[in-house]
Amino acid sequence: MSKNLRINKNNFIDQTIRISFKFNGQQLFGYKGDTLASALLANNIHLVGRSFKYHRPRGIMTCGSEEPNAIVQVGNDPSLTDPNVRATEIEIYEGLEASSQNCWPSVNFDIGAINNFLSPLLPAGFYYKTFMWPASFWEKYEYFIRHSAGLGKAPTKPDPDIYDHQYSHCDVLVVGGGISGIISARLSAEKGLDTMLIDDKNFLGGSTIYQENEAYKINDIYSNEWLAKEIKSLKNYPNLIIKNRTSLAAFHGYNYLLARENLTDHLSISDRKNKIRQRLWKIRAKKVIIASGSIERPLIFSNNDRPGIILSSSIKKYIDYYGVKTGENISLFTNNDSAYETAISLNKSGVKVNVIVDIRKNSDSLIVKEALDLGLKVLWESTVVETQGYKKIKSFEVMKLSDDGNNVIGNKTKHNCDCLGISGGWTPMVHLFTQSGGKLTFRNEDNVFIPDEDKTPPNQISVGSCNGEFKLDEIVTRTIENLKSFLDLSKTCYDEIKINCPDEKSKRNIWLLPSDKPTGKTKPFLDFQNDSTAKDVKLALREGFKSIEHVKRYTTTGMGTDQGKLSNMHALGIIADTTGTNMGELGTTTFRPPYTPLTFGAIVGRNVGEFFDHTRRTAIHNWHVKNNAEFENVGQWKRPWYFPKNGENMHQAVQRESKAARDSAGILDASTLGKIDIQGTDASEFLNRVYTNAWSKLEIGKCRYGLMLNEDGMVYDDGVTTRLGENHYIMTTTTGGAANVLSKLEDYLQTEWPELDVYLTTVTDQYSTISICGPNSKNIISKIVPSLDLSDSNFPHMSFKNIKISNVNCRIMRISFTGEHSYEINIQSNYAEDLWIKCMEAGKEFHLTPYGTETMHLLRAEKGFIITGQDTDGTLTPSDLQMDWIIGKKKFDFIGKRSLYRSDTIREDRKQLVGLLTDDPKEVLEEGAQLVENINTKPVEMLGHVTSSYFSPNLNKSIALAVVKSGKKLKGKKLIVPMENKNINVTITDTVFYDKENKRLNA
Amino acid sequence: MFIITCPYCGDRDQTEFSCGGEAHIERPKQPTELSDDEWAEYLFMRKNIKGVQFERWNHSHGCRKWFNIIRDTSNDKIHAVYKMGEKPPVI
Ligand SMILES: [Zn+2]
Repeated sequence: MSKNLRINKNNFIDQTIRISFKFNGQQLFGYKGDTLASALLANNIHLVGRSFKYHRPRGIMTCGSEEPNAIVQVGNDPSLTDPNVRATEIEIYEGLEASSQNCWPSVNFDIGAINNFLSPLLPAGFYYKTFMWPASFWEKYEYFIRHSAGLGKAPTKPDPDIYDHQYSHCDVLVVGGGISGIISARLSAEKGLDTMLIDDKNFLGGSTIYQENEAYKINDIYSNEWLAKEIKSLKNYPNLIIKNRTSLAAFHGYNYLLARENLTDHLSISDRKNKIRQRLWKIRAKKVIIASGSIERPLIFSNNDRPGIILSSSIKKYIDYYGVKTGENISLFTNNDSAYETAISLNKSGVKVNVIVDIRKNSDSLIVKEALDLGLKVLWESTVVETQGYKKIKSFEVMKLSDDGNNVIGNKTKHNCDCLGISGGWTPMVHLFTQSGGKLTFRNEDNVFIPDEDKTPPNQISVGSCNGEFKLDEIVTRTIENLKSFLDLSKTCYDEIKINCPDEKSKRNIWLLPSDKPTGKTKPFLDFQNDSTAKDVKLALREGFKSIEHVKRYTTTGMGTDQGKLSNMHALGIIADTTGTNMGELGTTTFRPPYTPLTFGAIVGRNVGEFFDHTRRTAIHNWHVKNNAEFENVGQWKRPWYFPKNGENMHQAVQRESKAARDSAGILDASTLGKIDIQGTDASEFLNRVYTNAWSKLEIGKCRYGLMLNEDGMVYDDGVTTRLGENHYIMTTTTGGAANVLSKLEDYLQTEWPELDVYLTTVTDQYSTISICGPNSKNIISKIVPSLDLSDSNFPHMSFKNIKISNVNCRIMRISFTGEHSYEINIQSNYAEDLWIKCMEAGKEFHLTPYGTETMHLLRAEKGFIITGQDTDGTLTPSDLQMDWIIGKKKFDFIGKRSLYRSDTIREDRKQLVGLLTDDPKEVLEEGAQLVENINTKPVEMLGHVTSSYFSPNLNKSIALAVVKSGKKLKGKKLIVPMENKNINVTITDTVFYDKENKRLNA
Repeated sequence: MFIITCPYCGDRDQTEFSCGGEAHIERPKQPTELSDDEWAEYLFMRKNIKGVQFERWNHSHGCRKWFNIIRDTSNDKIHAVYKMGEKPPVI
């Protein structure tokens, strides 16, 4: 375990800076520039986790974002711990503590591994088949599934880190800093375009930057040297922004992209203080160049998942870039030339390469020749049929392939190893291209899906290996050629470029490699994270699944955090082979954003806590705070809910407030009600069309209650509208409906009735509203506005006057939402708090009591006044609400009129608003409770539900409003409200409980 | 997340707009003369095409004007934008 597998030859790791970290409690060290994966491998640690279903030991398999196994929990702090971090992506820092996720009690001894031996019992669709029935058992199953599934631990405390959002509107965005991305960025910057280059690594250059090989030369120098110079030259362009450690999360239409920049995750904890952790870039680019590269495919053979089995190109990166040997006795298994590059790199670094198993008959390319010249042993036309080693690969067995590749022949040879590199060819990373709406085409010769040039959305281009160009000369020359037309360039700095590289001619691909054992006895893993095997895919096909999307879900292939980056192509290939379909016709599954997982913090940015949503406060808010109001959220508004005194609870406060308002006087801040100023010569006609009742004859200075419907006839909003002048009205709406009502009115004016001369202006914030009600309201108003004649003849109910209070122009309405004699003063918001205090002083002798929304609701319920949105839910007509009186039957038309006599709306058994009294007057019903007639016949028929319910201190009994089927006809009927532990008996009544004759309005 | 060219303000991000559904469904001038079926046709029936569709949009976080667009719902390509009351351009 304590073996050091670091070599001293490399340019990318700073071996002068030693960094200590912990993995599964063990103290280890690595160097500046290491990822957790490279540092673990340098310490000879391969086993990093267990697979989800069978809990098989799994090791580091890749060196990038496609890593399916090395997924770790970082940190122990309950507010900072981070689950599902890929060891291949996180850079180590002083004090890093990481641990394996999917194992219990430890990665070396895992109880769940028993599943491995039970695996014949855990086939594809196992969870669906086993845990679905009986449904009531799901809770029990879920406990065990959750306990044994390795999804990491979420932080339990709020995230203290700072996250940021930033917009960018660049001319050109280049995604990916490999050789094609670097060339693209330089060409774009050279042209003078504002360019942004993003790359998910801490170092630019992709895989070319460590390609130090005689066979790869650009302009007669090693391709890595040439690229290093190019990267240096990028510094000369002030119009080029380079973002390292930035991964693209999503590519939406119209070149809108989201990228996450990691700013502090690589720093030691102490260096992170007060810094922004991650920044989410919202990029709207005029043009996008995708240079996202390609990833190597694994090969599918039995037990291909043991720790120590690593992608060949990753072995190369670990040795060439990190200076880390992934083993000391390495063999390679390939179907293409790129494994030979790995072999050469290992050989140069003094690592023994035992054999190269190649499924092809031969290959005569330069790179293969170079490997053979070094004396490396190749087993042509052969395949690995089995591997051994539980926590780490120890050996593998090889057999000859038949000509057609369907069988193995001859003798088995066994080879010892401590690491097996596998290379199944290359898969272009087309995720971003397809996310943006691009369509793929299948290239048969090397089995790749590549962007279809004719089905590429405008203003984007894919270059390099993500576009299916894998040879260095193709990558460079086609990138330059394509960008010339994409960026409209004539001459470029690359016009004289000269490239030498090997040419791979020999190709062979077998999606599922044959074995000497029957398929049932093998374990060829496809999706390493979800433990789905080639067997599972075949089983799904036998069971009748045909669509790739269905096979994916049934077998969970490609559904892990790696999004099937490694497994999708093989799954498709096996489906195509088994069903005799062409892969191109099969198509791929949908690649959904995010390409790599995003933190919630990055998504939310600064929109947390008080910045989560806007908070609207009335002009009188400070007074409410000073006077101990409890607040209620109504939309974005903070409204006083009740004003507790001397330790009262809510019930006590509301009972006191409600009684005071009827006994003497109450005062309410009604400023949040929507107010729309309506002017124009057609204002009256407009109101006729939007309200159910008639408006033309409303006199100037008078107010009227109006009900607004949707075209479907359902009640939408209500409020009092006042005629201020011949062509001038002010409409009030509900608090929550204000914005929507304005939008709806604007819609009709602009689209259906553009001929009407009407202007709408929202004045909700400009005016504050103070409502004073109760038998003493008149006495209080007379003290505040002594000049105003408050007699019923001069200022009757439902009328308005312009007044002055301390030289401030105000409007005063005599309207009532409580049934009491009541006034509402509208005043410019700047003066509202001052007027409120004046009212409180004037009302002192009458015990004027401030009340909140709860008391307001209680008082209006005593009178049977509805609250739209509480007693209505978008399914009730005016008639359902017993408000037929408000329908202007003689009116030619209004919004929703025609719907009021559709066959459905005239049904008599619709739910209708009724009052409810409980047999026990002390029993208060729960809002939302169901109403039934007969509890004994099953199924019990639900007749309706309670919409509003209170204990009325003024009636000294419980009252409620409800909607009940055919309720209008059922007055006096006994119903039952079944609750968890009792049945409550209720009687249907009239909706008006208090002052049925409306005597108090003029009291 | 497309960009819409408001005929009054110019190019703006989609987040500034709200969609009002299918365009050119005129509110009947005399609803009372319609049968239940005819009224239901106006009230409920919308095409929701995959492909080129005529839509109403409102610049709700901008000038608050309504206008029409011709959009391909399969790829969000906007073929034309025109003001309320104007005839749809031929595309
Ligand atoms: Zn606009």
